[in-house]
Amino acid sequence: MGVEFIYPEFEVVRNSSRCIACRVCERQCANEVHSYDPDERVMLSDESKCVNCQRCVSLCPTRALKIVKSDCTFRENANWQSDTIKEIYKQANSGGVLLSSMGNPKMLPVYWDKILINASQVTNPSIDPLREPMETRVFLGKKPRSIERDEGGKIKNNLTPQLELSMPVMFSAMSYGSISYNAHKSLAEAATRLGICYNTGEGGLHEDFYVYGPNTIVQVASGRFGVFADYLDAGAAIEIKMGQGAKPGIGGHLPGKKIVGDVSRTRMIPEGSDAISPAPHHDIYSIEDLRQLVYSLKEATQYKKPVIVKVAAVHNIAAIASGIARSGADIIAIDGFRGGTGAAPTRIRDNVGIPIELALAACDRRLREEGIRNDVSLVVGGSIRSASDVIKAVALGADACYVATAALLALGCHLCRTCHTGNCNWGIATQRPELVKRLNPETGAERLYNLMTAWRHEIKELMGGMGINSIEALRGNRLMLRGVNMTEKELEILGISHAGE
Amino acid sequence: MKRVVVNEKWCLGCHLCEYNCAFSNSGMKDMVKALKGRDIFPRIRVEDGGDITFAVSCRHCKDAICVKSCISGALSKKDGVVTIDKSKCVGCYTCILVCPYGAITNDGEGAVQKCELCLSTTAGTPACVAGCPNRALTLDDDDIETADARG
Repeated sequence: MGVEFIYPEFEVVRNSSRCIACRVCERQCANEVHSYDPDERVMLSDESKCVNCQRCVSLCPTRALKIVKSDCTFRENANWQSDTIKEIYKQANSGGVLLSSMGNPKMLPVYWDKILINASQVTNPSIDPLREPMETRVFLGKKPRSIERDEGGKIKNNLTPQLELSMPVMFSAMSYGSISYNAHKSLAEAATRLGICYNTGEGGLHEDFYVYGPNTIVQVASGRFGVFADYLDAGAAIEIKMGQGAKPGIGGHLPGKKIVGDVSRTRMIPEGSDAISPAPHHDIYSIEDLRQLVYSLKEATQYKKPVIVKVAAVHNIAAIASGIARSGADIIAIDGFRGGTGAAPTRIRDNVGIPIELALAACDRRLREEGIRNDVSLVVGGSIRSASDVIKAVALGADACYVATAALLALGCHLCRTCHTGNCNWGIATQRPELVKRLNPETGAERLYNLMTAWRHEIKELMGGMGINSIEALRGNRLMLRGVNMTEKELEILGISHAGE
Repeated sequence: MKRVVVNEKWCLGCHLCEYNCAFSNSGMKDMVKALKGRDIFPRIRVEDGGDITFAVSCRHCKDAICVKSCISGALSKKDGVVTIDKSKCVGCYTCILVCPYGAITNDGEGAVQKCELCLSTTAGTPACVAGCPNRALTLDDDDIETADARG
């Protein structure tokens, strides 16, 4: 019906003088955009099904394909942009909540891009990382307040469990179920080779991946899927997920059709049943309740593993972080509003939460002011896109960063943002066996390893330029940062000076 | 023993190997010019059937039955690679009949064709291996004698 029609967002442009009708595009498109007409011996396309994942473009052997944004246009104005108009039409058609995937796409400020990094000139020497040692290793966990000695004067080991990382980056939580077996295997394998950690998300740990335990963070979320003694014992650290940056305040929902075979067994729920993670943990209504869960998990693992509490960056995040630090958690993970997701209600993804840069600076300052900064490590996530974002985060007080979207891009993701359909052509956000096999974990792990190795080189270069030779010396070193295009208030919250000052 | 091996676990059935093979053996510089509007006769074929797909090409058997059966001496083994000298081939197709893998085919011009690992066309890696998007195809370059290598 005409009133329901929405013109397709993308157009498939096929250069007929280059197309050899090999039908690779047709075989590779799970959305069934391409088809072959044997009478005319030409390829046809139905662009209304195209999500612009670029799979066909990437595999076309003669570069005959490109996907372009349709220029069919509404009569937009500054207030009524075409996305807004389309959303109204969609809701008028369906009566439902709009769903989206990946992070907040709105034109909200990216503070990383307004922060500039210092370098040494003349009076203090810069360091060449190719000639001199440069330490990128970090330890996450509570640090002792003082040195204690026994009667003989020897130093007592009063160090609580620490998470050792070769560089201040980890792969953040993505559950088995929301992403595929091969995507998980790629992350686990790469984390092990890199000496960092990946995170199971809330879907439990597949039995094949227990071997990667020393580089695994096991998550306990509100649905408690797949949580049992062996699972907790398997990981290097345990993460309690209170919130997620892409959808603060709400839970998760993995549709029953994705709960098949191993996903069902790993989550320990029947096949075909919806996996619903409640919005709150039903046993946590206060910091005291959180403390009970933190200590239950520590008790269950003989106090051998650090416990992480992950929260979304929201308005009173500094006070929340202070509470978490007092709950006995060893590490606080804060997820900013640009963080990704397999599926979230569009309105929540686009309007709830605050930028991670401000949340990080506020939490670091608050914890220092209260004298409890050394009781916890701070990990931040929510669209850390590059080595310079990592450097800026560390200088604002972070102990390490969580990356997920960048990791998925390394695996082939083209940010088409239709994870919720389960038809991921790159074999990442899908459980369909014929699509899952498209991601060979050998290639996946190699590409993740390459990406992180590249970042490590860049981190060393940037640190060297500042005349700093270890992450420890950069942490919270706000003198290395300057802001541009920011108000006094923004600079005050970040605790940095304006460029030129 | 050099030969192209497939791991069906990673074969997507995209058939790119067939087109890369046909292009590589066309002797032309441009894929569009070489393949556009033509039926292709690749030396590697993807077996398609239900959930499993895998590409098959010459196994370069150690004791190659095709070489033994060749009545004109067109097929021979050179440095472990079963090669065809088309100038000697008389088109009797005995090799096609005896090959247990179906890896030898009619070249459309009276002789036969088979995978020669792109030795005469590109340096190093065969085109099917180089172009495989999921590393399902690899060039096996060890001397281990496996069951099917005995042919």
